[in-house]
Amino acid sequence: MADSGIGSRTTRREDKRFLTGKGRYTDDINRHGQAYAYFLRAPVAHARVTGIDTSAAETAPGVVAVFTGKDMEADGVGSLPCGWVVTDKHGQPHKAPPHFPLVRDAVRYVGDHVAMVIAESAAEAKDAAELIQVDYEELPAVVDPMQARSSQQIHEAAPENLCYDWELGDKAAADAAFAKAAHVTKLDLINNRLVPNAMEPRAAIGEWDSGTDEYTIYSTSQNPHLLRLILCAFVLGLPESRVRVIAPDVGGGFGSKIFAYAEETACTWASKKIGGRPVKWTAERGEAFLSDCHGRDHVTHCELALDADGRFLGMKVDTTANMGAYLSSFATSVPSYLYATLLAGQYTTPVVYANVKAVFTNTAPVDAYRGAGRPEATYVVERLVEIAARETGRDPAELRRLNFIKPDQFPYQTPVALMYDIGDYEPSLDKALSMIDYKGFGARKAASEARGKLRGIGLSAYIEACGIAPSAVVGSLGAGVGLWESATVRFNATGTVAVMTGAHSHGQGHETTFAQLVSEKLGIPYENVEIVHGDTGRIPMGMGTYGSRSLAVGGSAIVKACDKIIAKGKKIAAHLMEASEGDVEFANGQFTVAGTDKSKAMAEIAFTAYVPHNYPEGVEPGLDETAFYDPLNFTYPSGVHIAEVEIDPDTGITTIADWVAVDDFGNVINPMIVEGQVHGGIAQGVGQALLEHTVYDRDSGQLLTGSYMDYAMPRADNFPTFRVETTTSACTHNPLGVKGCGEAGAIASPAALMNAITDALGVEIDMPATPEKVWRAAQAKLRVAAE
Amino acid sequence: MYDFTYHRPSSLEEAAKLLAGAEDGKILAGGHTLLPTLKQRLAQPSDLIDLSGIKELKGISEAGGAVVVGAMTPHGDVADSSVVKARIPALAHLASDIGDAQVRHRGTIGGSIANADPAADYPAAVVGLGATVKTNKREIAGGDFFKGLFETALDENELVVSVSFPVPEKAGYAKFANPASRYPIVGVMVAKTAGGVRVAVTGAGASAFRWTEAEQALSANWSADAIKNLTHGPDGLNSDIHASAEYRAHLIGVMARRALAAAG
Repeated sequence: MADSGIGSRTTRREDKRFLTGKGRYTDDINRHGQAYAYFLRAPVAHARVTGIDTSAAETAPGVVAVFTGKDMEADGVGSLPCGWVVTDKHGQPHKAPPHFPLVRDAVRYVGDHVAMVIAESAAEAKDAAELIQVDYEELPAVVDPMQARSSQQIHEAAPENLCYDWELGDKAAADAAFAKAAHVTKLDLINNRLVPNAMEPRAAIGEWDSGTDEYTIYSTSQNPHLLRLILCAFVLGLPESRVRVIAPDVGGGFGSKIFAYAEETACTWASKKIGGRPVKWTAERGEAFLSDCHGRDHVTHCELALDADGRFLGMKVDTTANMGAYLSSFATSVPSYLYATLLAGQYTTPVVYANVKAVFTNTAPVDAYRGAGRPEATYVVERLVEIAARETGRDPAELRRLNFIKPDQFPYQTPVALMYDIGDYEPSLDKALSMIDYKGFGARKAASEARGKLRGIGLSAYIEACGIAPSAVVGSLGAGVGLWESATVRFNATGTVAVMTGAHSHGQGHETTFAQLVSEKLGIPYENVEIVHGDTGRIPMGMGTYGSRSLAVGGSAIVKACDKIIAKGKKIAAHLMEASEGDVEFANGQFTVAGTDKSKAMAEIAFTAYVPHNYPEGVEPGLDETAFYDPLNFTYPSGVHIAEVEIDPDTGITTIADWVAVDDFGNVINPMIVEGQVHGGIAQGVGQALLEHTVYDRDSGQLLTGSYMDYAMPRADNFPTFRVETTTSACTHNPLGVKGCGEAGAIASPAALMNAITDALGVEIDMPATPEKVWRAAQAKLRVAAE
Repeated sequence: MYDFTYHRPSSLEEAAKLLAGAEDGKILAGGHTLLPTLKQRLAQPSDLIDLSGIKELKGISEAGGAVVVGAMTPHGDVADSSVVKARIPALAHLASDIGDAQVRHRGTIGGSIANADPAADYPAAVVGLGATVKTNKREIAGGDFFKGLFETALDENELVVSVSFPVPEKAGYAKFANPASRYPIVGVMVAKTAGGVRVAVTGAGASAFRWTEAEQALSANWSADAIKNLTHGPDGLNSDIHASAEYRAHLIGVMARRALAAAG
């Protein structure tokens, strides 16, 4: 293994600029002559807009222009689309009400976009916005998904506020399985709504060049080509060839920066309206709370049927999913195909039936957030399994082991559409149990109790589907896009390499990992490899980063491009070494001829390709290859997390005493980066389980947790030192044998933590396990114990 | 934020004069409440009078059996002060746990108590240690200073100059922090002072208040047993999305016991 090749803990090269303040984020970019946009947002959750008077704002100091939905309508600006059509259980497509960048007739959540003010400064734009008179005719608002269907209708196109009523699996077979059960575990769960809270808020600059009629958009996007596609093809009606999207350094996304939002759309459109001045907008933190797409927000009833030996016979899941006020770019797919397909978990449950009702409410749109459907599925499965073990008097670890899919059963067809290519679950379980000293838990619990504390332990054996995704498969399920990835590997004449990837790094460390990969693959120094991403003007059409896909899909595209480079290099090397192409071998950066001492280094071949004085006939000059990779299947990372907690019954404070994670991510390029991803994922999952809670007022629809004063983000002192290990069953269908690691921590951890907390408390509580909830449960337990 | 006229007087007299002369003047101390309020356009003062140029308002001294903290002294200075740590370690501990390091280096004791946020830490010390608040006009007993939600005994043009904390025989402070803001949901200062036992509660009500039952119990018997089974009722306590009145009431008892344990 080279010092910086595959498997090395190479420090992240991008960190130098991030840690020294030299990162270049969208808000760091200032364009000549730029004006500033401010969006007037709905102060009420649901109202008809009967009039907007912008006249006073238009003449306010510094104001360049004021626009409303009517201006966009007159210009033919379209609706922000949802790119995944979910077909409901009656064969009908989901209800897709329009989602205009600026509202036309009504506001539907607090933070909805009423008008856009453009001024010489952000402060002047904000001042002027206060002068806009809006007539609101207030309507009743609903924020609770369980109340949505009986509440005031939000969209004409969606009676009962129902987006879809969708099902997966065989209901009759599930009912039959339950009829044979020796035991049925039933559970009601809330998967709490989360605000993504990327460290960098969203921002955009839209710029129209009157000379060339071309647009440039600087945006905090996880997928610049996808943003370009949506804006051009669906909303603004522009030729993609005239639009360049640049997503420079992006400070975290967690899914929330996948989507096409109103703000970047409006800035782009408005730049032309005002004659070509660039229009810049940067979200304030309060706007991020109100208008970034939120995550989760499910209400679920679920049941697990077991036979007398503890084998799972079937599972039934009934979920109501909150879509918010409008459908965001991929919202419909999250509680359907990214959720119900994971309900088999790591188990041989032969029958699973899921019914999901997606509803509209007067809240911010909900879409993919780290894990996107898979954390929700894991929470259902792993809470059910844990409680089934408690109810039937079985060890939770052994009940899982009993029901695991065994290594010889792969490839394994689940009852919920997915075909797991490979997995080996017991080694992760055994390693995790050993790391946490599972057998010693009883003694630790006794020691805690002697100090007046409650102690609990909880497991989560998760699986996820990432490396999204085979285009034909997702297309058949309603996706409007293909989910392949692209890469260009371009040698320079002097032997350095630029790799243009369609994946986008917003914290993942691609500039390091991909360079390690290319260095190893081509046998050239790591320092000679530059990774280029995030600019549609510089990279081939690419699909971006989400769903833990970058290495499995984007990395595979890079491998394919490297293979093309090597294949062409062999032709050139054969010519130079006067050998037959078939005799040329490539390893460690050297082309050699079998059975001879002839060799040519990669750099010599690159030089020859660009200075082709002595060159094979019929071969094009240059060493520059592009490859597209469309995966054959999803990848299936899996693993076991175990959390151990101690609860202070006097205050309800939960302290995480220990945390072990054993993940099977397949092969690993950079273990340090992978561990960082796991740590971050656990932190976000712990945030969900313990702290984060998005609260809308039930009557007014106001967001009550709209700042860090009220929305509790996890901090370093909320965590123990995570102990993270891996096992390996290499993915069978991509050239790297990799699976993906970005979301696993967030998928696994809520169930592990809530299993530990409820183990300590002996009663069920919902996330987040706030001190007051835990205190009430602990007091009840102590009262029962005393009686 | 909206436009305002900024002043940075160098004396207390000048500050008072500017304040009296302003149409709607606001005093700027550390700015930790005022600046976010301005940024959110929730206030539109005509004038901001920044006290950071008045040297006499900053600093910690010991005089007449009391520790005197200047109004513009940041929390971090109180936390690190060798005088405070030696004489009233509970006060240093309280200051060391306000906000985070950045907050502690900007936020001031004068700003905190003049703002009278119900969830601030310092009011527990002002009331619980029987402090005296010195203003540019008079002296106000700590127990009389806080009048309600964001309300104090200060007149319109009155400025806090310093807070004088009599050195107690024993004192301890314990707080239950809001997981989001880390302001106290309940903070309790328990002190044995020359003037008797004082138990002051912040975070739980509209403003800091004394828990007289606990004071009586501890006056009779300064020990954990004295308040072991003592409970505070939920009536009149704050209730919000973070904690119900009932939970706050319970936490008052828990934090009082922990404060007592810390006091020794």
